Amino acid sequence: MGARKAVLRLADGGVFFGEGLGASTRRVGELVFNTSMQGYQEALTDPSYGGQVLTMSYPLIGNYGVNNVDFESPRIWAEGFVVREASESFFHREGARNLDSFLAKYGVPGICGVDTRALVKRIRKHGVLPCSLEVFEGAEKGGDASFEYSSVNFVEKASSKNVERFIPEKAEKMVVVLDLGAKRSIVKELNKRNIGVVSVPWNSTAKEMLAFEPDGILVSNGPGDPAILTNVHSAIRELAGLPMFGICLGHQCIAHAFGGSTSKLKFGHRGSNHPVYDSEKGRVFITTQNHGFAVERVPDEFVVTQVELNDKTVERMRHSSKPIFSVQYHPEASPGPHDACFLFDHFLKAL
Amino acid sequence: MDVKRALVIGSGPIVIGQSAEFDYSGTQACKALREEGVEVILVNSNPATIQTDRETADVVYIEPLDVPTLKKIIQRERPDALLATMGGQTALNLAIELDKWGVLEQYNVRLIGTGLEAIEKAESREKFNALMEGLGIPILPGFCTKNMKEGLEAAERIGYPVVARPAYTLGGTGGGFASCREELEPILEKGFMLSRSGEVLIEKSALGWGEFEYEVIRDSADNAIVICNMENFDPMGVHTGESIVVAPAQTLSDRDHQMLRDAALKIVRALKIEGGCNVQFYFNQETGQYGVIEVNPRLSRSSALASKATGYPIARVAAKIALGKTLDGIRNPITNTTAAFEPALDYVVTKIPKWPFEKFRGSDRRIGTQMKSTGEAMAIGRTFEESLLKAIRGLDLKEPKIEKPEEHLFPPTDLRIFAILEAFRRGAGVEEIRAKTRINPWFLGKVRKITEMEKKVAAGGLKADLLREAKRMGFSDAQVGRLVGKKEKEVREFRKENGIIPAYKIVDSCAGEFEAITPYFYSTYEDENEAVGGEGKKILVIGSGPIRIGQGIEFDYCCSQAAMALRRMGLRSIMVNNNPETMSTDFDSSDRLYFEPLTFEDVMNIVENEGPEGVIVQLGGQTSINLAEGLVENGVNVLGTGVEGIDIAEDREKFRALCGKFGIRQPLNATATGKEGALKAASEIGYPVVVRPSYVIAGRGMQIVFSPEEMEKFIGQAVDVSENRPVLIDKYLDNAFECEVDAVSDSENTYIGGIMEHVEFAGVHSGDANISIPSLNLSEKMLGKIRETTRLLARELGVKGFVNIQYAVRGGELFMIEANPRASRTVPFLSKATGVPLVEMAVRAMLGEKVENSEPSVTHYAIKGVVFPFLKISGADISLGPEMKSTGETMGLGGDFESAYLKALQASGISLPKGGAVLLSLRKEDREDGVEITRKLAGMGFEIYATPGTGVALTRAANVNVAKRMGEKCEQGEMDVLQLISSGEVQLVVNTPTKSGNSFSDGFKIRRRSIEKGIPCVTNIRTAMEFVKALEKLRGREPEVRRLGEYGG
Repeated sequence: MGARKAVLRLADGGVFFGEGLGASTRRVGELVFNTSMQGYQEALTDPSYGGQVLTMSYPLIGNYGVNNVDFESPRIWAEGFVVREASESFFHREGARNLDSFLAKYGVPGICGVDTRALVKRIRKHGVLPCSLEVFEGAEKGGDASFEYSSVNFVEKASSKNVERFIPEKAEKMVVVLDLGAKRSIVKELNKRNIGVVSVPWNSTAKEMLAFEPDGILVSNGPGDPAILTNVHSAIRELAGLPMFGICLGHQCIAHAFGGSTSKLKFGHRGSNHPVYDSEKGRVFITTQNHGFAVERVPDEFVVTQVELNDKTVERMRHSSKPIFSVQYHPEASPGPHDACFLFDHFLKAL
Repeated sequence: MDVKRALVIGSGPIVIGQSAEFDYSGTQACKALREEGVEVILVNSNPATIQTDRETADVVYIEPLDVPTLKKIIQRERPDALLATMGGQTALNLAIELDKWGVLEQYNVRLIGTGLEAIEKAESREKFNALMEGLGIPILPGFCTKNMKEGLEAAERIGYPVVARPAYTLGGTGGGFASCREELEPILEKGFMLSRSGEVLIEKSALGWGEFEYEVIRDSADNAIVICNMENFDPMGVHTGESIVVAPAQTLSDRDHQMLRDAALKIVRALKIEGGCNVQFYFNQETGQYGVIEVNPRLSRSSALASKATGYPIARVAAKIALGKTLDGIRNPITNTTAAFEPALDYVVTKIPKWPFEKFRGSDRRIGTQMKSTGEAMAIGRTFEESLLKAIRGLDLKEPKIEKPEEHLFPPTDLRIFAILEAFRRGAGVEEIRAKTRINPWFLGKVRKITEMEKKVAAGGLKADLLREAKRMGFSDAQVGRLVGKKEKEVREFRKENGIIPAYKIVDSCAGEFEAITPYFYSTYEDENEAVGGEGKKILVIGSGPIRIGQGIEFDYCCSQAAMALRRMGLRSIMVNNNPETMSTDFDSSDRLYFEPLTFEDVMNIVENEGPEGVIVQLGGQTSINLAEGLVENGVNVLGTGVEGIDIAEDREKFRALCGKFGIRQPLNATATGKEGALKAASEIGYPVVVRPSYVIAGRGMQIVFSPEEMEKFIGQAVDVSENRPVLIDKYLDNAFECEVDAVSDSENTYIGGIMEHVEFAGVHSGDANISIPSLNLSEKMLGKIRETTRLLARELGVKGFVNIQYAVRGGELFMIEANPRASRTVPFLSKATGVPLVEMAVRAMLGEKVENSEPSVTHYAIKGVVFPFLKISGADISLGPEMKSTGETMGLGGDFESAYLKALQASGISLPKGGAVLLSLRKEDREDGVEITRKLAGMGFEIYATPGTGVALTRAANVNVAKRMGEKCEQGEMDVLQLISSGEVQLVVNTPTKSGNSFSDGFKIRRRSIEKGIPCVTNIRTAMEFVKALEKLRGREPEVRRLGEYGG
């Protein structure tokens, strides 16, 4: 930090200068914001942020450093990171490095000193928008700014290329996780309940998945537009005989698979404070959300049991006769509240 | 749930640990209940509250807060519900008592909101510990003990260091930290006496660990959310009310935070809280260990802070939950969504306490587990440094010089933050300070950065880039000026020339995610200014800042009333204040709220951003009136009395000239420089004199001085008298009646709000005096003269709005003591007593409306009572004088003086002895009166004890038991005076201090011991006389209870 400069250029012409963080490089992406006040490490390593430049609305980021534990995947997925202030020093018993060196390690540029509130309000007004973020010494290099989020298959990048097994010693059940860019915490939550996990790449066929003789299927979160993942939709359809749990992108893909549709939200839901109302329980849960798309048309065989209290988007739906349900938010939290963790118990019961 | 009439209990007078926050929460609750169609009956003994305004509740009682009084109110009003979680510990304890005495059951009153079972589980240590064990949530090992032996044993078992806390007390009263048996014993002795249940908790000390608070709301459907978490800058060992507190927590990872959040939610669910609740945690940041310290099952100071920090109206939502509504069914007026969400902040909030030590010389400045602060300032910034510097600036304090930082670091004193800054300036490292203070290095690193910036600015001079950097870090113009050797004005001009001006951001509870409609702003140095637009004629009201002795809730009352009055007049009211506890900083109170420090720079910036038609400075006490001159110099239209008028009133020479011109008598007075000058002036005037240094060392203020020897001592010890720092010397009028007038003038006509008389003779600060309206000893002729003089002076000073004038009356002559062209402390009291909305009248006068030359008639009595913080401030002398020491006030109402007076005293905690013994220890001059007091007391069947000297004088009145002198050898069965007080036999102590009583005197010890034993101690002979007279007159008569407005009718 210090000598390097950084510039964030928005597709609408907006320009924000600041100090450079992380890698001296230039990236393009879709500019989004997150309102969580902690959990920046989990967010940066969440594959769902693939293709996006992430702005934190909370101004002080990096206060507790970055540790060796809270990785949601092996690397940073966000294309860039925008903050008001990046803490150089940190103090935490688990802290291993500061934010600046963390970004640098994974080759990601960051900018600090920006009026992030102004930026958040801009995104709120105009919707998410393409941007470029460059960290430079001397003069800005610039480059091509064209970027079309929905045209890229980010899932292909975010999904693991191989089958991976996470089997606890006392595993009693076995679940296939269709990895569209899954967060590690999902696997951890399953393992905690003595559920063995076989994680398979995003383009696995139903047949390939059935070959593992799973007790159920979990369709994971991930980046990008659910509509383009047609092979995933058809695999889900074929697996409909099994108990199935969809999370975030997985939820949207289940909607597509059963004849529903999704649409892009103006600026999405990204934060740890989203209230979800459960009409069956008459209860409110505070959830972590990170999505730019939402289910628009609910498939005929599905019932919506939870909606977001603020804008009434579909948050949970379940099949009217089969043990299939899905949520738009992140019951595995990380970061965020544990209010909806019980859904994994619910899934376990269905297995 | 079908509630038709709800009784809401307020928190009574302002005391340390229970301040304006309960006016804020209580008022919000009343509004919320009425919104739902519930009729609200409000009881509070504190007249200086918005909640006791007739507009706030359907029915208002200003009566003492005790079970017999509440029972009478319940009998009369027959509410079907009681809401007791809005009035602090006072209201909660009363609800428990009402239940215990069967009152709730008898009258079929249901406690709404959090139930008694939950309250008991939260407050009884044993039950709470059992509950936590069941939930698997760690607690500090501890025991509830009932006597000294148990207490000491518990400490041995746990192992020192320990913390001792009396159960059911306020603000940690009587609590303390002990590292060995010798330290624990005195704490226990005091603790057992103070605890309502006679229990003291002995707990393992987590000294030095992190301390965090979670503000939680739960509803009857079991929905529970966290509104805000907060982190204490000062680690464990310092009461959270004494800590610098930051929101949100800064040093927790998400995993840490979720662990504490889960625990907080588990606890409120297990307790079945219905409403707001505060959960305090310790967290060892080196090991990750955490546990619960305590739970407050009610609205609290922290919940007020959390509301202001987030914009989430906790009290409003909690009140609706008490009616059975659920979070998702309560509308959130800010974002137009529901109340079921957790606020996201995009700024940093810092709260810093304000302590009263300068008022109490010789008192112990160390801060710890017991609250000593009277108020707090809050600031919002986009970085921690910015919010901290703004908070410090908001304390309205000259930055103290720290000679020896290490003396304040540990054990901490009120000056610790300044000591840390000073230590860093002298080159200390973060680790070094951390080792001493245990403060989280993240915070220390930030504080150190401030001192690095100081060095940079000092070295670099006034340059635009550097200035911008410093401003972004929260530096004030004045601070930069000091560093570069320029005047604040020069820095300001340079700054503006370079386009470095603040932007104002909205506090919207959602970090900008939704379009919010809160008109709630703070400043920072960034790009986008959100405080734009806002059409119409705007008036800016300057608030009064943190609550302190001498500038309390009364001024906030005036400012809040003004904002409401402006709105009624169709004007846009803009409020600036920085006290999170208050009504005035509720974003609902005005059209726009700026949460900013009350300095010239910060206020002027707002003026430049808003362009108001006028600024009101006369309602916020001295803080705001002090800004008048600077604002006027900068072309701001300060409404009301002109600066010339203010200047004449404040400049003694000019004021003397004015009085002289109209033949208004003043006590002889002079301004002197140097010791010789002071001695000469005093001997010309004639002792006793009141001496007022214009510059004060060690917080020593005004004093009555009786002899040249005393004068020499006073000047030598405490006052810096030089050519530039004169002392003001006034003749002290012995045995004079003191009275005061609050009036509203349009500079031609003057409305006399009321002529009030002090119960005590002149010499007791008017803030500390019991005050009566109507007056007690003044003839019609004298009243006429007071009116005439008041009107004359208002005209001559060009008063527009308020003026407060203090007079003394002796031997049929009227003396002018002083005139203040601003709202005074007695305005709310007077408004409540007479039913006249004086603030609105004053606001209209300031805006050019005419005032009537009249005065309300009062056909009943209203007495202002006072409460003091002596118990909390150890080492302070409780005797009264010209320096104000009280923190709060009460009001007693009655058809005659005696019943109103007794109620005022009762509401102030002077319980009325029904029998038993009274101890008198009087100075010589008071012994004549003492004879009469003794006669009356003996006549009522009280046993009389007296100290030897006093005893001799009193024997002609009654049979007097003479107590042994302190330390005198006692025979079997005899007690010396301190033992007597401790024995519990004495129900009331009357001790009038000798003229120059110091802390070694017997009288001082008698007074301290009574306070520590919880025995009412009267230190003024007139207070005692009137008290005894009233007791005699009303003996056997039940005090009546009436609605506000019914008295005198």
